[in-house]
Amino acid sequence: MQLNEMTIHQLRELLRAGEVSSWEILEAVFAKIDAVEGEVGAYLTLCRDEAFAQAQRADEMLAAGETSPLCGIPIAVKDNFSTAGVRTTCASRLLENYIPPFDAAAVAKLKKNGAVLVGKTNLDEFGLGSSTENSQYQCTRNPWDLSRVPGGSSGGSAAAVAAGEAAAALGTDTGGSIRQPAAFCGIVGLKPTYGLVSRYGVVAAADSMDHIGPMTRDVRDAALMLQAIAGWDPKDPTSARGDVPDYEASLTENIKGLVVGLPRELMGNGLDSEVKEAVFGAANLLESLGARVEEISLPHAEYAMATFYVIVSAEISSNLARFDGVRYGYRAAEAEDTVSMFIKTREALGQEAKRRILMGTYFLQAGNYETYYLKALKVRTLIKEDFEKAFQRCNVIISPTTPTAAFAFGHKTRTPVTMYQSDIYTCTANLAGIPALTVPCGYNQAGLPIGLQIMGKPFDEETVLRVGHAYEQHAGLPRRQPQTEVKTNG
Amino acid sequence: MADWEVVIGLEVHAELLTKSKVFCGCSTEFGADPNSQVCPICMGLPGTLPLLNKRAVELAVKAGLALQCRVNQFSVFARKQYFYPDLVKAYQISQDDLPLCSDGHVELLVDDTVRRIGINRVHLEEEAGKSLHAGEDIMNAAYSLLDYNRAGIGLIEIVTEPDIRSPEEARLFLEKLRLLLQYAEVSDCKMEEGSLRCDANISLRRKGSSAFGVKCEIKNLNSFRAVQRALEFEVERQKALLEAGEAVVPETRHWDESQGMTFSMRSKVEAADYRYFPDPNLYPLEVAPSWVEAIREELPELPDAKRDRFMEQYGLSLYAAEVLTSSRDLADYFEECMEDIQDPKLVSNWVMGEVQRWLKAHGLEAADSPVKPKDLAGLLRLVQENAVSNLVAKDVLEEMFATGKSAHTIVEEKGLRQISDDESLEAMIAEVLEANPGPVEDVKAGKSKAIGFLVGQVMKASKGKANPQRVNELIRQKLQV
Ligand SMILES: [Zn+2]
Repeated sequence: MQLNEMTIHQLRELLRAGEVSSWEILEAVFAKIDAVEGEVGAYLTLCRDEAFAQAQRADEMLAAGETSPLCGIPIAVKDNFSTAGVRTTCASRLLENYIPPFDAAAVAKLKKNGAVLVGKTNLDEFGLGSSTENSQYQCTRNPWDLSRVPGGSSGGSAAAVAAGEAAAALGTDTGGSIRQPAAFCGIVGLKPTYGLVSRYGVVAAADSMDHIGPMTRDVRDAALMLQAIAGWDPKDPTSARGDVPDYEASLTENIKGLVVGLPRELMGNGLDSEVKEAVFGAANLLESLGARVEEISLPHAEYAMATFYVIVSAEISSNLARFDGVRYGYRAAEAEDTVSMFIKTREALGQEAKRRILMGTYFLQAGNYETYYLKALKVRTLIKEDFEKAFQRCNVIISPTTPTAAFAFGHKTRTPVTMYQSDIYTCTANLAGIPALTVPCGYNQAGLPIGLQIMGKPFDEETVLRVGHAYEQHAGLPRRQPQTEVKTNG
Repeated sequence: MADWEVVIGLEVHAELLTKSKVFCGCSTEFGADPNSQVCPICMGLPGTLPLLNKRAVELAVKAGLALQCRVNQFSVFARKQYFYPDLVKAYQISQDDLPLCSDGHVELLVDDTVRRIGINRVHLEEEAGKSLHAGEDIMNAAYSLLDYNRAGIGLIEIVTEPDIRSPEEARLFLEKLRLLLQYAEVSDCKMEEGSLRCDANISLRRKGSSAFGVKCEIKNLNSFRAVQRALEFEVERQKALLEAGEAVVPETRHWDESQGMTFSMRSKVEAADYRYFPDPNLYPLEVAPSWVEAIREELPELPDAKRDRFMEQYGLSLYAAEVLTSSRDLADYFEECMEDIQDPKLVSNWVMGEVQRWLKAHGLEAADSPVKPKDLAGLLRLVQENAVSNLVAKDVLEEMFATGKSAHTIVEEKGLRQISDDESLEAMIAEVLEANPGPVEDVKAGKSKAIGFLVGQVMKASKGKANPQRVNELIRQKLQV
């Protein structure tokens, strides 16, 4: 196995034993990037020089006895995390040359651990989308099948990890933006509990739904990444106080006696039969490991999508308003006055951003506020209560991560609603703020990966990771690597 | 105005006296170089989040308590959304339907009757930055400059009930409000620095009617005087319209100080829908009753209570008590002086008179007076002891302000001590009587007015140092009248 295809914990062993250096790992990563990036298009910005400087520093830290498992590990970061001195575009023309003067809290923590920042990955503009097709800069292709999307909005991060262009990545998840692309690209993605990871410095889409989490090659790596970025941050007023447990220590394979809920509302219409089969297969495996799988009901889940889009659009319309061309980023030329400068500048926003702004503005208008926004907040509470009730019986709840495997380009962008439906199983966890993990649970006939979603109680990432890890260890899935390089060469 | 009743409500913004801004750690000091007191948070850079300044909450609660409001245990921060270059996030973090404080009142003394003006709410919000337009006005400016030092300074908005019944009452209300906020050390309320701002809503209705008339909002009121003048203009304007059978257009009007008129602003502004919604980054603010009580402890004696106490404790007139409590500094000055000289009449006369006159002329507050209460007490003791005359004391005080020397030092250095011993006085009187035989005869003939002339002559001879009362007595003895 190549260095650039290894997990963080495999690399950790090699680095600790002194068998490889961070520099060599990074060389392998950049060799892969140079070979496949033209096809995959995962990165918007590569930090080659800074990365090698960081790798050198990491090697010095390791030599000095640094024990952080992330020290010297090459990591990709979604381009909606602020990075000091490195442009942060959110894949939007409005932030074309915006260079933040500070690091996002999660990025700062990775750097403190000695991680190496490879580059900034592509996304749907401002994180709005489920295929990364809404990027205003470039197309990112699914390394498993270049004619298909990598998912979104963290599509660049997922593709980079899947293609061996980074050991792991940071993503953000507002309605499934970590888990759906992870599932499409055959990797692990974790959306932690709301408040566990500081949002400071991540360009907000919808503050009450935005989550930050790892995208990795296996569950152990997700635990290691989460360990580094979790914890109370005084700079995030929604950040939760409390001790952070040792996540790696929770990765016992023992899940005997755990109750696994399988909500019938998340196995319903629109679900691809191969995906359904894979999820039932996973449920059977968990049962064989001593868990008890029970069918449960989340009665308000059918309203989740509508509720989600009302709240998210409202918050997005507000958060994207600051991109007015006054202080930073793109400013339209030839404006006659301030108002025309606002209008012309904001015309540069992409279709989906404009659509959400229009919807959100509509939902918050006097006269509509009660009908839409306030009602959505009430349904959100009901959805939370559904989960609270379910978790009185269950330790975790499982479902498909996505209704289908990765779809082809252009397939869903024509009708926004079918695109929104790819978040149908993931967005409930954002509404409820609960932890949700996706692990690969098979491949379909076309050889595309399928994801299993595991949701848990608030701040019980340990159980979610334990179940995911047990499943992963016993599923016996062949660890396939997408063959991008062959295609490029051929 | 026989037929019409004026209905006025005010919206007042006051900047809080916190050292740092309401959602970040930047300094709030006035007058710094443009954009030198900013950070990623108050510049609204993408990804930044608001961190609520606890002290700002305390000051807003303090304001609410000073205005007799109920402090709501739970209040909600909401986004008020509109586009403007000085508004960095394109929304202002403010409060909407659940404000921090509600249902208070302020009492005013208007023509010797107490008027109670209701306070609808006091809520906490953040300031915007400042635009500077290059050119004559915003419409014709070649370019605009933006200073974000002010962006994010904590602000309270105080909204009155429509209880104000005249332009004068509006001014009196603002003066009282300023007094209360200054007493409570919530805001310095400097209108010229923009730390106190006021918009006014005004309408007219037929006397006896309970329905409200059509109101106009008046903006750009930059002084208390402007508030009164603009409202007086507006009363006449609306009255003329109504009496001519025309309708008042509901609109926002701009006060032009130099022309002394209000002008209609474009109606765009009033059509604004701010699309308020709860800020998802800030959980509902909980102010526990125990916290409110702790803040109440911080509250000083308020002006009305102090005024009543001054009348009761020192036997002062309503007028004197009002003047002395018209600023917390002045009241403190008076009371500190009273500790040394237990003569309320003497102290109040001097503090309200000479001291205040000098301070006003030099634009200083009582707290910044170069003559401290203890120094003034030193002078007044000399007056009490008849060591200097009132007239001389005024000169001595002037000297004290100018040099910072004590009254005692000045009197000794300049030999101003009053001459009260009979031996010295009799010698001077003998000389004066001899030199003025005419007036002496007049006195003897019963023209007592002439005594004044003789006393004056003695005073002149003594260079003002003779005790005039004793001189008077001694002349009477000598001439046996
Ligand atoms: Zn600041």
